Amino acid sequence: MKKSIIALCGAFAINLSPIPALAQDTLTIGFTISQTGKLNNDATAQLRGIELWRDEVNANGGIKAGSKTYKVKLVSYDDESQNTRVQQLYTRLIAQDKAQFLFSPYSSGLVATAAIISEQYGKVMITTGGAEEKTYKLGNKNLFQLYSGAGQYLAGAVAALKEKNPKARVAFVYEDDPFTKAVNGATKELAKQAGLTIALEESYAGSTTDFSPVINKVISSKADALLGGGHYADGATLARQLHEQNAGMKWVTLLVAPDSPNFATLGDAAGGISVPSQWEPQVTYKPDFGPDAAAFTKAFTQKFKIEPGYHAAGGYAAGLILQHAIEQSGSIDQAKVAAELNKMDVTTLFGRTKFSTDPKEHGLQIGHKMVLAQWQKKNGALVKEVIWPNEAKTADAMY
Amino acid sequence: MIGILASVIDGVLVGSVYGLAAMGLTLIWGVMNVINLAHGAIIVLGMFVLYLVATALGLPPYGAIPITIALGFALGVALYWIAVHRMIGRPALMSLLSTFAVNMVLIGLGTALWTTSPYNVPVAMPGVAWQGYTFTGTHIMAAALAALIAALLYLLLYRTRIGKAIRAVANNREGAELSGIPTSRILSLAFGLGVALAGVSGTLIATLFPFTILSGEAYQLKSFVVTVLGGLGNPAGALIGGVALGLIEGLATPFMPVSWIPIVEFGLFVLCLIAFPHGIFALKRS
Repeated sequence: MKKSIIALCGAFAINLSPIPALAQDTLTIGFTISQTGKLNNDATAQLRGIELWRDEVNANGGIKAGSKTYKVKLVSYDDESQNTRVQQLYTRLIAQDKAQFLFSPYSSGLVATAAIISEQYGKVMITTGGAEEKTYKLGNKNLFQLYSGAGQYLAGAVAALKEKNPKARVAFVYEDDPFTKAVNGATKELAKQAGLTIALEESYAGSTTDFSPVINKVISSKADALLGGGHYADGATLARQLHEQNAGMKWVTLLVAPDSPNFATLGDAAGGISVPSQWEPQVTYKPDFGPDAAAFTKAFTQKFKIEPGYHAAGGYAAGLILQHAIEQSGSIDQAKVAAELNKMDVTTLFGRTKFSTDPKEHGLQIGHKMVLAQWQKKNGALVKEVIWPNEAKTADAMY
Repeated sequence: MIGILASVIDGVLVGSVYGLAAMGLTLIWGVMNVINLAHGAIIVLGMFVLYLVATALGLPPYGAIPITIALGFALGVALYWIAVHRMIGRPALMSLLSTFAVNMVLIGLGTALWTTSPYNVPVAMPGVAWQGYTFTGTHIMAAALAALIAALLYLLLYRTRIGKAIRAVANNREGAELSGIPTSRILSLAFGLGVALAGVSGTLIATLFPFTILSGEAYQLKSFVVTVLGGLGNPAGALIGGVALGLIEGLATPFMPVSWIPIVEFGLFVLCLIAFPHGIFALKRS
């Protein structure tokens, strides 16, 4: 009798084990997000994008890798917009929380810190919200950048400005941080090549609260265009004071800040300000997988009651790219997923994604292209229009 | 040359608001030897009063000033009895820790209420244009109101019985007590006044620039520099110190990268501490 019970149990075990559809596990993805501190505004948008992706993936059954299906579990902590917290928390995510894959924090400075930890532990990290290229030129093997590099940020602004005024006098006014310095360095060369005059170059501390002295310098330099900015808080203040002090700029392109829907709260000061953007809701890329921009925008707006900017789309796309790599490799093995990412050349709602496999710049984004958007008044309301490149524009540039 | 002059004028205008912010800090230090590390957080609360008054209640922005003064005073008196009173006369570290704790609580509550997202209160006020440079109406108004509030504080301190009592307690608490002055009540009033000044400076700053719940730190640091320039414990000196700081910022900016300005400011701070440990315009205390 005893033997027959054991045999019966054994038969059940044999019968149950080969049913792959029931083998569902959890895939833990770790990251930090700046829920507090100066990067909170943009980082929150990135988090929302990631959360929307997680909810949709789990609602559709999870990520399929070979015979297994994985529900996505996000583990995240507040990095307080500080490098020291990123260092501690990424170590914790890997060592204690056993995160199998990583997303990056927001901003180039924090990405650089997180990358040191992820490489030490050999974990694949999709970086979103970090455009500085230097991090990818340090021999990292498991880092994959979603954004266009910093050198691309203001290329469209220089081209569009040259088209409007080939003799423009440009003031470069930018925050003194790794990302903006990298953008500024590359853009200065582009401006010189385009024949524009560099009237002024000023960097400012991220904690700057009053831009009056800088704006007086801009006025004294007789510049008629201003390129620069940094992150949200300083960019919004600079835009407001440029307007209030009637600085006479015919063209202003600022990094990051004008991309946020919050920027419209500046009212008239926001009008005419342009922003290089990794993505805008109006883009019409035909995705190889995942939703298109319109479907994503609709789902995001329904869930969070606010239209997504590129930080949100970047967060969502980071999830899509990792999901695709896992599904294509049929495994959650780090080496296999990294190999899949290395050969990836796909289009999602975020645009084209292709990572450099050159050992000198491994993981650098070489497929994605940026657009230039500008706040314009339409029927009394401020709206963001794509003004560059010409083939993607939804309105003419205001100059 | 005109550009330098424009920068100097802008510096003086903003400096007077820095001076007002520092007056709150220096008044509290002067009367009870407490360095209020919640100063920055209170400045930010003043900013949010403007936001609530102008945006949520739809009142004129400058209508927030009396509301901030009243709320700030009440908050200050409450904070004194909750967190400061038992620290008076104890080692300075005790009151530093206590006010730092208050700072963390206020920032934490503020973050929960408003997140760390930026807020902007547009204030329409015609400015003055001169040789291509514009001095905004909000800057001129803020400077004028800062001077007015400083003058009212002067009148309160030097022309009223309460002011006389505050000065008496600042000079010699035991002597004041022997003369029948209720010193603890006067200390709470002085703390309330200091907090009200910090709050109203925040309200004025918020008419000039966008802000977040974390903006107070920068203004608290400036307040320390201004306090040292103007003399520890001397409210009138704080206003002069604020204007001096603005003047230095305005004068230095045309000649060096703006990212160097904090180095100049804090270099000056260290030099002042070495040469004048109690500040340039320090009051003589008996």
